[in-house]
Amino acid sequence: MAAKTIISRPVYGTLSPQPGKHHLFVADAEGALAIIDMAGKAPDGFFDGAEIVFIAGPEGKHIAALEALKPAQLHLPPSFASLLPRLKQTLTNAHMGLRLYLCGTEGLIGQAMQVALEAGIDHTSIETEHRGSLARRMQCVHCKGITENVTTQPALCSHCGLLLLVRDHYSRRLAAFQGVCINAEDRSEIPPMEEIFR
Amino acid sequence: MSTGTTKLDVVVSDVVPVNELVTRFHFRRRDGELLPTFSGGAHVVVEMRDGNRTRLNPYSLMGSPLDTREYTISVRRDDIGRGGSLFMHRSVHAGLEMVISYPVNLFSLDLRAKKHLMLAGGIGITPFMAQTAQLAGSGGNFELHYTCRTASLGTYADLLQQRYGRRVRLYHDDRNERVDLDRLLSSQPLGTHLYVCGPAGMINWVRDRAAVLGWPSETVHFEHFAAPQPGAPFDVTLAVSGKTIRVGEQQSLLEAIEAAGVDPPYLCRGGVCGQCETNVISYDGKFIHNDHWLSEEDHRSGCKIMPCVSRFEGKSLVLER
Ligand code: FES
Repeated sequence: MAAKTIISRPVYGTLSPQPGKHHLFVADAEGALAIIDMAGKAPDGFFDGAEIVFIAGPEGKHIAALEALKPAQLHLPPSFASLLPRLKQTLTNAHMGLRLYLCGTEGLIGQAMQVALEAGIDHTSIETEHRGSLARRMQCVHCKGITENVTTQPALCSHCGLLLLVRDHYSRRLAAFQGVCINAEDRSEIPPMEEIFR
Repeated sequence: MSTGTTKLDVVVSDVVPVNELVTRFHFRRRDGELLPTFSGGAHVVVEMRDGNRTRLNPYSLMGSPLDTREYTISVRRDDIGRGGSLFMHRSVHAGLEMVISYPVNLFSLDLRAKKHLMLAGGIGITPFMAQTAQLAGSGGNFELHYTCRTASLGTYADLLQQRYGRRVRLYHDDRNERVDLDRLLSSQPLGTHLYVCGPAGMINWVRDRAAVLGWPSETVHFEHFAAPQPGAPFDVTLAVSGKTIRVGEQQSLLEAIEAAGVDPPYLCRGGVCGQCETNVISYDGKFIHNDHWLSEEDHRSGCKIMPCVSRFEGKSLVLER
């Protein structure tokens, strides 16, 4: 779990079953394990009213384990981009009583939460659990381009090529951390690049 | 001076009987200026000089927040209550100079909501008068469900229906009409916030069902002005001010402290805002906690009390006041 450093830095919890009629899980990668762990604490019949959306990745790991939970629906989109229209649709048509659970990488949690906030769900009522890579979604504050899966400090902006300091300053609206030019005074100064958001 | 309760000098500009139980009071500023702005759901504490005692009762502002030339409140007469509402009905007349607090809002709209679902019971309609006016003024999406005993006791029901048409649904107890709560709650679009004001039983029922049906607690707002409950008299020592006082049967602990010349903070006088929280220095006896503020753990610990609604039975009680 990521440490709490500055106020905008998201803090994640451990999924726990909420009262409610419908349960929507959005997960990627190791996030499947968070659902499976939570299932042990869920009341009987909990998954009868549950929909799981899982981006499994190329190896297709954990799919069988999620099937075994017998959710009302299991949907396996290839990428976040491909699940987005469906997620928006589901939330637009949903009623109070739907509970949202987001688990897996920070990028997935942040982007799914962005959609949920637009649909009117308060971020404090969303269950989240971070699992797997600490790779960050980063916005370059200079060109506004978003770079996915940033694991190094500093990091290169994939749009404008500036070398950026990846800050803990997080934008919920953009679901991204802010990257600020690290050598604005003297471009020839190149600090060593370390892999730190593994 | 009590925190957040700066005073306003007002004159009663009108007194209007609404039905057999409810009377409306209008206040204007004595200096003719506009009154402070407020938001829907706010209340004021009205000071009543009743002989040699001062009564302080909170009432929701029911006028439109868009018009601050006057404040209006509606008071339901309670014949077996402690006398505040009777005083308002019997002794307050147009032209009387009174003192009221600045408005305080402990029941405000969450303006991030996509929709506002309101449930009122009886005189619990008053905060919604202001909230609906506020939302209607800004094109907000709301729906009001209002339960009253009989049509003639449906305070402002006609007015509300006239103003908002089908956005207002009425339920009459004498016709056995009841809100189909589970269906209502389950059919609300995502992003709806729920507001409930009425008798304690109704509030508890609505909060319970909403929780069971998966409404996050952040989306459920409620307001209940619990009147202080009477009880056996008891003695209290106020350590800071070095006084020992007696709390009468019909008096709240807060009122007794005020009567002794100590001016503790308060906002709601109904056990919900937390403002009057007081540390207990020592006690021998048992607390009768009537508040909705302290946690169960606080209640058990015997370290804290909310003097606006809670009482005590026993040998001795020393408070940090
Ligand atoms: S004055 Fe609000 S809790 Fe006592």
